[in-house]
Amino acid sequence: MKPQSAFPLLLAIALAPMVQGIINRTKAIVAGRAGQPLMQPYLDLAKLLRKGAVYSETASWVFRTAPAVGLSAIICAGALIPFAAFPSLTHFGGDLVLLGYLLALGRFAIVLGALDTGSSFEGMGASREIAFAALAEAPLFLALAAIVRETGSLSLTPALGAVSINVWNHAAPSMCLTIGALLIVFLTENARIPVDDPTTHLELTMIHEVMVLDHSGPDFAIVQYSAALKMWFLGAIIVAIAVPWHVGNALADAACALAGIAALGIVTGLIEASMARLRLLRVPTLLLTAAMLSALAFVMVAK
Amino acid sequence: MLLALILLPAAAGLVCLLIASDPARRAILIVTAALEAALSIATWVNAPPAQFGGWLAEDALGRLFVTLTSVLFLACSVYAVAYLREEREKVHSDIEEGFFFSNAREASFTGCLLLFLSAMSLVALSQHLALLWVAVEATTLASAPLIYFHRHHRSLEATWKYLLICSVGIALALLGVFFLAVAAIRPGDNAVSLILADLLKDAPRLNAIWLKAAFVLMLVGYGSKMGLAPFHTWLPDAHSEAPSVASALLSGALLNCAFLGILRAHEVCIAGGLGAFSGGLLLGFGLLSMGVAAAFIVGQSDYKRMLAYSSVEHMGILAVGAGIGGAAAFGAILHVVGHSFAKAMLFMVAGNLLAVYRTKTSNDVSGALRIVPVSGLLWMLGILAIIGAPPFGPFLSEFVILKAALDQGRNFVAMAYLAVLAIVVAGMSAPAMAMAYGRPRTGGTEPVRQSIVFSAVPALCCAAILVIGIYLPPVLNRSLHEAAHLFSRG
Amino acid sequence: MNQVIDSILILLTLTGFVLLGSSRLAACIKAVGIQGALLGLLALVVQSGDLSITGVVLALIGATVKGILLPVLLFRAMREADTTREVEPLISFNLSVLAGALELAMSLWIGRHLRLPADPVSSFFVPAAIFTILAGLLVIVSRRKAITQVIGYLMLENGVYVFGTAVALRMPVLVELGILLDVFVGVFVMGIAVFHISRQFDHIDSLRLASLNDRV
Repeated sequence: MKPQSAFPLLLAIALAPMVQGIINRTKAIVAGRAGQPLMQPYLDLAKLLRKGAVYSETASWVFRTAPAVGLSAIICAGALIPFAAFPSLTHFGGDLVLLGYLLALGRFAIVLGALDTGSSFEGMGASREIAFAALAEAPLFLALAAIVRETGSLSLTPALGAVSINVWNHAAPSMCLTIGALLIVFLTENARIPVDDPTTHLELTMIHEVMVLDHSGPDFAIVQYSAALKMWFLGAIIVAIAVPWHVGNALADAACALAGIAALGIVTGLIEASMARLRLLRVPTLLLTAAMLSALAFVMVAK
Repeated sequence: MLLALILLPAAAGLVCLLIASDPARRAILIVTAALEAALSIATWVNAPPAQFGGWLAEDALGRLFVTLTSVLFLACSVYAVAYLREEREKVHSDIEEGFFFSNAREASFTGCLLLFLSAMSLVALSQHLALLWVAVEATTLASAPLIYFHRHHRSLEATWKYLLICSVGIALALLGVFFLAVAAIRPGDNAVSLILADLLKDAPRLNAIWLKAAFVLMLVGYGSKMGLAPFHTWLPDAHSEAPSVASALLSGALLNCAFLGILRAHEVCIAGGLGAFSGGLLLGFGLLSMGVAAAFIVGQSDYKRMLAYSSVEHMGILAVGAGIGGAAAFGAILHVVGHSFAKAMLFMVAGNLLAVYRTKTSNDVSGALRIVPVSGLLWMLGILAIIGAPPFGPFLSEFVILKAALDQGRNFVAMAYLAVLAIVVAGMSAPAMAMAYGRPRTGGTEPVRQSIVFSAVPALCCAAILVIGIYLPPVLNRSLHEAAHLFSRG
Repeated sequence: MNQVIDSILILLTLTGFVLLGSSRLAACIKAVGIQGALLGLLALVVQSGDLSITGVVLALIGATVKGILLPVLLFRAMREADTTREVEPLISFNLSVLAGALELAMSLWIGRHLRLPADPVSSFFVPAAIFTILAGLLVIVSRRKAITQVIGYLMLENGVYVFGTAVALRMPVLVELGILLDVFVGVFVMGIAVFHISRQFDHIDSLRLASLNDRV
């Protein structure tokens, strides 16, 4: 294990909430407002950490441990994801399957916590979250399969590292399809418009937010922070495919990738500003379409 | 000359669409039909040269089909003029549901009739398979307004089904034509000719898989137009709702044109050594169509629908004949002639009965022999002809096909064929005889007078089938054999 | 070049999915129009090796007819039929998209077995064409409205046309024009029929066109 392989994880831990800030800022600017400062998510987290937590009488230890399990699962997942030229903390053949399972484990913990509260709202949110997450797994894995097929490696670090200009030169269409599919997965997993509206104030229409309604104080901060980390890691995968330039200098590459993540935040903000949330019934169609995109990408690569 | 056969009715049709006078239009219709028939018969004496580098040419099949179409069209146009004269009133009451409706403008009816003729001639004469496709699709578009002549909801429904099913089917046939083009591509050679003669010449070198796929698509595509089961569903609706004269043309001429499209593909397959494959498919679809039609004929209460299903059955016979090949090919081609005249005649007579009895339900028609003696007689003769009773033409052709099947040792095919024919005989003759005989139920028993044209035209058709059944003129015989030879597989 | 062709073919496939999954008539008409425009582009790109004036003109005519004229016609038919703007499918949109996926798999399978013999421009040609055809058929059978059936027919035609483009270098001009004219007149006539259906029945629900059947 080389020392620089800790870099991707440290970068994520430090910068993840920033993406949220970029998205909010973009939305504000498009709407003609000045918007909150970029660092606002950090301030929110700090505020939450200073407060005490309130627990419902019906909630058990499951509810209390859920945020911690969620956070650790996400951090473990992050240990598998490289950033620009920096390899991930650890990598081995087939680690992308583990990535899928770690993401699922994090979600499983939060969902269990939600069900533990015994509130009908949280149960509803949990069932929606699981339904859409299950559908989102197909495009995620198919997209990764396309990358694996193209680069011939079953591990994330070498696979994503091998996506170069050359790959784009002979497989641009399928790369575009993969990015499209992953973008939809990104929006779904992170509860963004058009799948979920993070700013809605009506519990009935929420998906992710309603599930974590009962968490407060430091617990809620951990939940928010793990969500930010998840967004960062999925974004890093997309950026690794979408920004294939390798200058040779690791720091320059990393700067490039950081710019890519910022751009992804802006794109997400623009999508949120220009679209309305889909009806819940139509979300599966969107995810199916994403699965189609990645299946098509896989087929085009495999032919 | 070939070009004249196509352009003359097209030009006349356009003129008909533009001018305002009804009598002038009717005159144009009859004159054009007569000219067209004369022209097509003239090609028997003086074989016209191929035109446009072989795109348009008249081989034995084309000559037979174009003549058959134009002669039949002449008969129908005479009938149509008399019919249009009867339909002069602005508002009609519906015979089934009693509401009032109006007809389409006569201009569009006459004009579309002529355009339809032009498209059918193009089908018969085009040797370029893609051009053939264009022509077949044109026949669909030109004939759709004919079905929607009576402006009411049932005819609209029939028109919609006809348009949609045929257009979709024909689109598949176009894919088949493209597949054929691919089958003909050879590396390094950019020019692919879809002209039949070139395809037949190069047939052994065609790519077998693509050729097979092309044939299947063309069979399905043109088959949906021809009314082969299970793509026949538009046919009973369209035939029962269209004016009788349009039904006569649809059944007698249009179905043949679609059959010609299939035959062209079959010819290429035979030349490419895939005759057994294409013949087997034709045979299968033919038997299926016959069976399906027989099932629907038995107990059919609407006599126009019964005739329509009988068309499905006869298209099945044609496909069986072409599929068996050998002597049956001659039977099939003879059957084309016999069926066209018999079915055109029957639809016209059915129109006469419909005008008198004002019902399409066969149970409500009885005593036709007393009330409309000539039409009643013709109805009986026509039914006898179409179910294959001697001495009419269809008997001869059905017998030839049966004999060929037995000669080739296809006993099961022959048995199935015979069984279906027997069912159809029972299913059609019982209601038809009840319509002709029996005691007139409603109204007076006095004979109703109808214009002489209404009985003369079907009578002439009837004479034609009788002649074919008893004595084939040597010219016709030779020509039929020539045509059959094109797809008889040795 | 191959990449551009692949991209166009993929876009065609994706518009097919958009058509299967969208609930608005207007979106469907737009999707089929985009397909038409893509077809014109495809024809241009495929023959870009040796560009001839007739080829360019044909491609432009095709793109104009299929990309502009026919969608305008359909929009007019939709307005005049004064129908609601929803698609009203017989099966849910999710099922439509799933069935589309199945069709895609099927067309890929067919594409493996039917290979274009000479100079394969792109091995995705046959699957894309067959998928578009199958999706068109699916739209025809799974939607209630008469106008959606016309859209499905148009999509089917587009699929056939994709295949035609693959062999385009070898088709005479007259035939191309004839085919285009047929499609145009076909859609025109169907548009008129849709209008009559809406006036006659006060709706364009083709399921209710069911008075004709065999009363035995």
